[in-house]
Amino acid sequence: MPVVVIVLGGTLAVGVAAALSLLIGTQSVAPSDIVAALFGNPVNEQVSGIVDSRIDRTLIGLVVGAAVGICGVVLQGLTRNPLAEPGILGINSGAALAVVIGIKLFALSSVGGYVWFALIGAVVTAIVVQLLALLAPVRAQPVTMALAGAAVMATSTSIVGAILVSDQGALDVFRFWQVGSVAGRDAGIILDVAPFLVIGFALSLASGSLLDTVALGDDLARGLGQRVLVHRLLAATGAILLAAAATALAGPIAFVGLVVPHVVRAVVGPDHRRILLGTLFAGPVLVVVADTIGRIVAAPSEVQAGIVCAVVGAPFLVGLVRRMNVA
Amino acid sequence: MSQGQQAVERREHAVSAPAYAAGSLLSTGGSGNATALDTVATLRAVRRGVRRRQLLLLLGLGALVVALFLARALLGDYRVSFVDGIRMISGTTIPGASFIFMESTLPRACMAVLAGAAFASAGAAFQSMLRNPLASPDVLGVNLGASAAAVFAVVLLGWTGMPVALVAFAGAVAVAVTIHSFAGRGGAATGRMILVGVGLAAVLSSVVHWVLLRADIHRAQDALVWLTGSLGSVSWGEIARLGVIVLVGLPLLTVVTRQLGVLGLGDDLAAGLGVRAHRLRIMITALVVLLTASATAVCGPIAFVGFLSGPIARRLTKGRTSIPAAALVGAAMVLAADYISAYADPGTAYPVGVVTGLAGAPVLVWLLIAGRRTIQEK
Repeated sequence: MPVVVIVLGGTLAVGVAAALSLLIGTQSVAPSDIVAALFGNPVNEQVSGIVDSRIDRTLIGLVVGAAVGICGVVLQGLTRNPLAEPGILGINSGAALAVVIGIKLFALSSVGGYVWFALIGAVVTAIVVQLLALLAPVRAQPVTMALAGAAVMATSTSIVGAILVSDQGALDVFRFWQVGSVAGRDAGIILDVAPFLVIGFALSLASGSLLDTVALGDDLARGLGQRVLVHRLLAATGAILLAAAATALAGPIAFVGLVVPHVVRAVVGPDHRRILLGTLFAGPVLVVVADTIGRIVAAPSEVQAGIVCAVVGAPFLVGLVRRMNVA
Repeated sequence: MSQGQQAVERREHAVSAPAYAAGSLLSTGGSGNATALDTVATLRAVRRGVRRRQLLLLLGLGALVVALFLARALLGDYRVSFVDGIRMISGTTIPGASFIFMESTLPRACMAVLAGAAFASAGAAFQSMLRNPLASPDVLGVNLGASAAAVFAVVLLGWTGMPVALVAFAGAVAVAVTIHSFAGRGGAATGRMILVGVGLAAVLSSVVHWVLLRADIHRAQDALVWLTGSLGSVSWGEIARLGVIVLVGLPLLTVVTRQLGVLGLGDDLAAGLGVRAHRLRIMITALVVLLTASATAVCGPIAFVGFLSGPIARRLTKGRTSIPAAALVGAAMVLAADYISAYADPGTAYPVGVVTGLAGAPVLVWLLIAGRRTIQEK
């Protein structure tokens, strides 16, 4: 598929998704009032508040969707495992552990407080996983990295379980974090994690050609002149920063990272540069649409974006899988 | 990695095989005959060595499980001597000791062995069949099917006891049937089964999270205990039922998975060698689901046993899939985890599932870092 089509189609889809997200919600507001509020002359205080919160969650949804999606492409490419995603590499569970510790020791209960704990937890876990993979005699091999991630995930999830089982208060706070949501946050937290996002996107988006050669196997990639280990580490660092930032912003919305790369690959073909480009649009669309759907299905209450993503994304994945042969 | 190890082993064999063939062609000449005999002898020696290593490993793991079993059953809050233990099993009542031993530590130890073996062998069989070290039944949603059904029944319908176990069993079976029918014929060979399973797992875990979110916090905590897996309330009846299933299922699974190696050559070649690939995969899936679902129904989806035991066993056996080895690793993991969870913190009795990850993960990490080096330097 030509790059122009991807960019135009993607922009259109993101625009529509964002517009719907601004227009639809648990409280019905006339579209004209919303447009008026967007241009700075709201009808009244209430509408202004509603529109502000919708703008915030739409922005966060867009950023999180792009970050998790791109992270998924890079991780699946690097590990050559279709199951790779932030969750399976231990990143989400590391963030969860840090958040639970934050809740337990510092009585956190605000989204702004989670951001830093989740960020630190995700980064530390990712570094541990990378170190383990590097320490293993066959360095940073796909399977080693996946297994190291699995081991770290098992450890941190066990500790989270041990804390939650004995602390009802912590469970009550944590269960709201663990579903993953873009609601109830101020868009300003994007600026808090902006450095991570910028470096993460730069490293990940630059890794397209590496992922193409790595797909042929490390030895062949080396034969083609890639400095595999260095590039692998750079790309993995990018993916980790994105996953950490996204988890800090919205909690574990891991499924986006799993499903979007597969869907995009089926549409644009196996060229990783195109997959990265397509995911940059498809990830945000899935998260924002999921968040919008979540406001309608259980009105007047809401279903969190993380839950809707899985319920909406899975049939996509299954439908695709049925039509194709995945290696 | 483990595939790499297999490749190395295979290469050893491959190098010897042509030499053997060449030798037999020349067998009219005396020197050729000698080479052939030599090669055959080497081949035999290599195979015997592998078999002996396997046997030693199984014996070692078996001894570890027995030791952990005795520790778990006898060395609880109330220490019981081995002789007293035997006497109590044969019917003598020892005041004080009898209740704790016969109603708590012994059944928990038995259940730990059975559940660990069931989860681990099922996990190893799936990982081997789908040729992905991450593709255990818990990752593919089979356990989550049981969890979602049970949590739904416990939290929203307020059920307890036997009906929950039945619903959990039905949930696991339903997920397996769904994965199989959606992945289609040959889905296991092409990786479709893995992706469908993971998709389903994501949906089911969302459902679980959502139910936990909607629930009253007390019920949510009860559900959490079930979700992490607990040996706290096992009865002898449950142990007997699971025991029968494990005693039947485990040997069958061991025999059936032996044929998986042939599938590595591709389905067509396997068919030529007399292995019906599709039927073999269905049989393995059915056994895996039976073991996983029965164990989950009794003590919840004890976390990470199926996921970690397979890779640990593969590393210990240097890349071969050995269902008995995996089962023993799983049993040891659950026994150790149950011991830690019951006595690590005197104030709280943690469910075993919160510790299984802690018991298994370091072993896997250690094997990742240390295991391969020895093979490479050979």
